[in-house]
Amino acid sequence: MSRIRPEEVREIATLARLDLSDQEIERMTTDLDAILGYVAALKDLDTSAVEPMTHAVPFDCPVRPDQVGTSLPIDEALQNAPRREASFFQVPRIIAPSAGDLPSAGGTSEEES
Amino acid sequence: MSADKYEVVIGLEVHAQLSTQSKIFSWSSAAFGADPNTHTDPVCLGLPGTLPVLNAAAVESAVRLGLAAGCKIRQRCRFSRKHYFYPDLPKGFQISQFDEPICDGGAITFRLHGERRSVRLVRIHLEEDAGKNLHAAAGVSFVDYNRAGVPLCEIVSEPDIRSAEEASEYVRAVRALVRYLGICDGNMEEGSLRCDANVSLRLRGETKYGTKTELKNMNSFKNVRDAIESEVKRQAALLDRGERVVQETRLWDAARGMSAAMRSKEQAHDYRYFPEPDLPPLVVSDSELAKARASLPELPEDRFARYTTSSGLSPQDAGVLIADKEVAGYFDATVAAGAPPKRAANWLINEVLARVDDPRKLGAADIAIAPVALAELIALIDSGKISGKLGKDIFARMWTERRRAGEIVAAEGLAQVSDTGAIEEACRKVVAANPDVVERYRAGNAKLIGFLVGAVMKETGGKANPKTVNEILQRLLAN
Amino acid sequence: MTATDVRGLSIATIADGVRSGKLRARDVTEGYLDRIARLDRALNCYVLTDAAGARRRADAVDAARAAGRDPGALAGVPIGIKDIFVTRGVETTCASKILRGFVPPFESTVTQRLADAGAVSLGKLNMDEFAMGSSNENSARGPVRNPWSLAHVPGGSSGGSAAAIAASLCAGATGTDTGGSIRQPASFCGVAGMKPTYGRVSRYGVIAFASSLDHPGPFGRSVEDVAALLEVMAGADPLDATSIPAPVGRYRDACRAGKDGLQGVRLGIPDEYFTAGMDPEVEAAVRAALDELARAGAKLVPVSLPHTKYAIATYYLICTAEASSNLARYDGVRFGHRTKDPRTLEELYARTRGEGFGLEPKRRIMLGTYVLRAGYYEAYYGKALRVRRKIADDFAAAFTQCDAIVTPTSPIPSFRFGERMGDPLQMYLADVLTVAPNLAGVPALAQSCGFTKSGLPIGLQVIGPPLGEEACFRIGGAYEARTEWHRRLPADSAMSGAEVAS
Repeated sequence: MSRIRPEEVREIATLARLDLSDQEIERMTTDLDAILGYVAALKDLDTSAVEPMTHAVPFDCPVRPDQVGTSLPIDEALQNAPRREASFFQVPRIIAPSAGDLPSAGGTSEEES
Repeated sequence: MSADKYEVVIGLEVHAQLSTQSKIFSWSSAAFGADPNTHTDPVCLGLPGTLPVLNAAAVESAVRLGLAAGCKIRQRCRFSRKHYFYPDLPKGFQISQFDEPICDGGAITFRLHGERRSVRLVRIHLEEDAGKNLHAAAGVSFVDYNRAGVPLCEIVSEPDIRSAEEASEYVRAVRALVRYLGICDGNMEEGSLRCDANVSLRLRGETKYGTKTELKNMNSFKNVRDAIESEVKRQAALLDRGERVVQETRLWDAARGMSAAMRSKEQAHDYRYFPEPDLPPLVVSDSELAKARASLPELPEDRFARYTTSSGLSPQDAGVLIADKEVAGYFDATVAAGAPPKRAANWLINEVLARVDDPRKLGAADIAIAPVALAELIALIDSGKISGKLGKDIFARMWTERRRAGEIVAAEGLAQVSDTGAIEEACRKVVAANPDVVERYRAGNAKLIGFLVGAVMKETGGKANPKTVNEILQRLLAN
Repeated sequence: MTATDVRGLSIATIADGVRSGKLRARDVTEGYLDRIARLDRALNCYVLTDAAGARRRADAVDAARAAGRDPGALAGVPIGIKDIFVTRGVETTCASKILRGFVPPFESTVTQRLADAGAVSLGKLNMDEFAMGSSNENSARGPVRNPWSLAHVPGGSSGGSAAAIAASLCAGATGTDTGGSIRQPASFCGVAGMKPTYGRVSRYGVIAFASSLDHPGPFGRSVEDVAALLEVMAGADPLDATSIPAPVGRYRDACRAGKDGLQGVRLGIPDEYFTAGMDPEVEAAVRAALDELARAGAKLVPVSLPHTKYAIATYYLICTAEASSNLARYDGVRFGHRTKDPRTLEELYARTRGEGFGLEPKRRIMLGTYVLRAGYYEAYYGKALRVRRKIADDFAAAFTQCDAIVTPTSPIPSFRFGERMGDPLQMYLADVLTVAPNLAGVPALAQSCGFTKSGLPIGLQVIGPPLGEEACFRIGGAYEARTEWHRRLPADSAMSGAEVAS
């Protein structure tokens, strides 16, 4: 009884932006299937009365005062950039962005130069 | 028109960029307009090993906004990670709030065609802004992370809006509110206030929602209105032809007056939300809540009510005054200094506002004419010491010379002559010097009084109180 | 000092020596650099040695001392830094191809504190890529070999750190523990290591694998060395919103207190940690250690941690979900590897990540992405978060019956290279004794408690309640006062001259 099929593995690889060879897809399908089979054991546990534990700390979110500190000098900010042009990080041209990449939060960040 | 058979259903998501000094999760400046990539730090660049630390001022702003909009403040809320891949999103996820936003419910109230409208909110939440992508030619794009990490409040409305015009007024009201609170400068052109619209149509009487499209890239009130109108027309035409509306995101192109669909690769956005592990739950204490509540200024709609009732202003005038907190404040100060509300409103709207490029400048300490000075000028006119016309001239001089009205009037002896004796003497002189005019006046040409009043004004060097002149002339000529 | 002179030196000996002027930091550092030059070829502990930098730092310590300034609590102590800690100006790669060439413009809080205390960093230590692994076979820089047997793994993911301590290639080391990655290699290499309470040590500058489970911590030859390092590493950090504000304990004092015995101390022994498939030599050594602790005055009480059997599933659901998120930033835009000539954004991302990540990170990213998908969240990740609370509650309940819980660290001693690489699930199951304290956030100390007949180390684990590091150190100190395991050193002759076979 397989829990996951190669087609779904390909979908996930796309979601995760991972280029996987056919061999890797096959291997991944086997591995994920085994692991998902194992973790399914959690289903048997009744956790209806339990709150999720997202943090192992017992305190609330600390806040910091609204003060500006020192930003990185631009050369340090860009020093690791694999591709750089003047003061910018360079990426391949973003053509007609797809809806899957540009959600509504933060608004459109496109600008024509 | 075919569009009338459909009911328009609109929901708006407005993002307000908070005007904090530093970013929401790191210490770089959040100010607009710096040279590219000069307001960055390891955290907002998403460098490996970095962690977010929450800015107290961002929380305070969100709480005040929520209180002002009548929301329920969630005193224990959470941050979540929202995942997608895009060059302007350094970590590959945005820290936002998903299932436990800081504010629930609430409403934005405003007036549409004189009627009070209230659009319900779903929620308001905090999140971080992304950087900016700039397109260049030749197959490359450039990324600037100055904006990455600037705090945002996202204000989500219920789909209560029923027209493009109403949508535009809603955004205007949100803008006024955030500016009143001093949490955002509401500049749509610069992008500190952004708006996305969800638009759908349904047959009138239908309760089910139609398929909605998402509209983006509307960077002014006019664009909001035009874009939505255009979309309504487009959807109506589709539905009239028996076609279906496709759920998609469309970008408004103001230059071409139309929207275009963005290519959609994935069926739906799968943001794979989960609670942000680097930030424990956020708690807003009772005392913080009380402090925020106490800090709220008188809000635009409450001021509007006060201006139209106890101050007796017209809705139009009240509307202009409340549009900016500084203008309303200036008005209140002028009235407090003794000016009658209608007079103060008149001068403020027609004279003061005309001389500033930004209404917010009325809040500046070094404004050329302070409310007290304006009140003084108004008092001089109303008491008859100077004529209205002279008052306008004096106003102009007050503005450029930065002197008080009283001072100018006294220094140059401009005080309107109201001494009836002196005026009567001038009137007699004019009557004697213009017998033919007087003759024609008495024959029935009542308009000629204007000529005679003008002559008396000239005779008195413009200082006579025209009302008094008129009265005396009438008396003299009646005989 | 020669390579022989520094072999087996304790942190206290070095720091006290340098502080008092009896030793020169530079001499100590030269001794360790010499050992690295001779022995690390066989072991591959270091991915980067910075001899020039180390000498500069050592000289600075000597100069400070000579000028009458306080040279620091760890003056002149040579340390190795797991390559998961961001070091300013020094390449930091997490033993991954995708971070090759990444030279950070900032420093991690932990390494800054160690440097401020006068410690001398010798370089960056090898590890499993992105801290994902239990054998240090997943490194893009080649495997690390166990100094006790070059055919055996040192454990992981902090394999380089544990092996370097064992082989005296540094006197102290930093590591991280997400599911056992300090404790298990410490036990495989016969040294001591601690996973502190979650939040006790700042994560700022620690490259994230699983944010709610990552614990930076120290390695040392003895628990006293570990205590000395932890005192410097621990403490609140305004740059880490999950760091605990509580004051740092006196951990070395706690170790010494153990020497006086454990009267009144109750040690909980959970049946669930003495698993059926356990190696009999491991079980024997651990039970002998328990007897020793009882002789020191401790009372052994049975306790139950009933949800232990769900710990691995819970751990792998949470850590992979968080990892898939934390690793989303590796995209070739701002740092690290970038695929050659991508024509589109899609190619940039998918090829960069496909080329840059090893198999284990890819596998965990895939699993994590899967379990966070809309529709699957409640069944997998959501469920795991609830079971996590049950596991934490187990510990809380147990600690009402005892002051600390003592268990083996691993059900098996070190294994041979390649033995477990074929089946990822088998590899994951070996973490069964270490993952639960990560889920609960409670502190756990690992120390040597014996050797197999074939000479492989066996480790003991002491788990304390939240912020109960002192309890762990007292017990660990008591054990070390009565035993000699921590003094045993691997023979240099076994390590020199051999090449690391890839």
